[in-house]
Amino acid sequence: MAGPGGADPRPLSPHLQIWKWHWTMAGSIFHRVSGVGLYGGAFLIGAWLIALATGPEAYAFIEGIAFSLPGQILLFLWSMAVLYHLANGLRHLIWDGPMVGFKPGVASLWSMFNFAFAIIGAAAIWSLASFY
Amino acid sequence: MTTSAKSVRGLGSAGVGTQHHIRQRVTALALVFLVPWFLYSIIHACKAGYEGALIWVAQPVNAILLILTLSAALYHMRLGMQVVIEDYIAKSGTRQALLILNTFATIALATATILSVLKIWFTAGA
Repeated sequence: MAGPGGADPRPLSPHLQIWKWHWTMAGSIFHRVSGVGLYGGAFLIGAWLIALATGPEAYAFIEGIAFSLPGQILLFLWSMAVLYHLANGLRHLIWDGPMVGFKPGVASLWSMFNFAFAIIGAAAIWSLASFY
Repeated sequence: MTTSAKSVRGLGSAGVGTQHHIRQRVTALALVFLVPWFLYSIIHACKAGYEGALIWVAQPVNAILLILTLSAALYHMRLGMQVVIEDYIAKSGTRQALLILNTFATIALATATILSVLKIWFTAGA
């Protein structure tokens, strides 16, 4: 970074577009993306709770949005983001605590598992929820 | 004489990174248990309609776990968004404004949602 004292000729780190995509990188990026998505989602879930405390009219309004097609798609994506962030967050805790899972092969496989867990998990929850 | 070191002196670490890191992990640890419960519960509550959802929130165990989930999640959210803002927004004024907005928005949501839970607990509860 060029400071006030003039540009430092040291090399910059490689930018995103020249990196070869790999599972752990995708896993890390999606952890942040899902985190930002969940930030927005929390306000929508919060709106549901506030509407419930407000009264039946407010609740019916929120229910109307939640059970509409765009609402259901958004909730499905939200549940997928929750499961992904949960699984990958658990991995962060395992990295920081017992400090295992750093070997490249294990790390890649674990990233794949987290993506699969989010997709299959969300599909399983939604199909189970529709039966009960 | 101006060296590169002179231009960065005094602009180093604020010395609060460790605390941030630990708080992010401790809230995460709580959420590992709270989030699966919350997912299961919210589906049940949503499917029960207005009356059913009220009865669900008014149960003391659910109200307590809901408040814990909201507190941990919103604190965790605030810490996470803080890092995202610090990473991507280089312009000082915009960065400060967004960091303050992040604090205000998460605390406002925490207050509104926790108060909602308490209201339901006290009015709909047996």
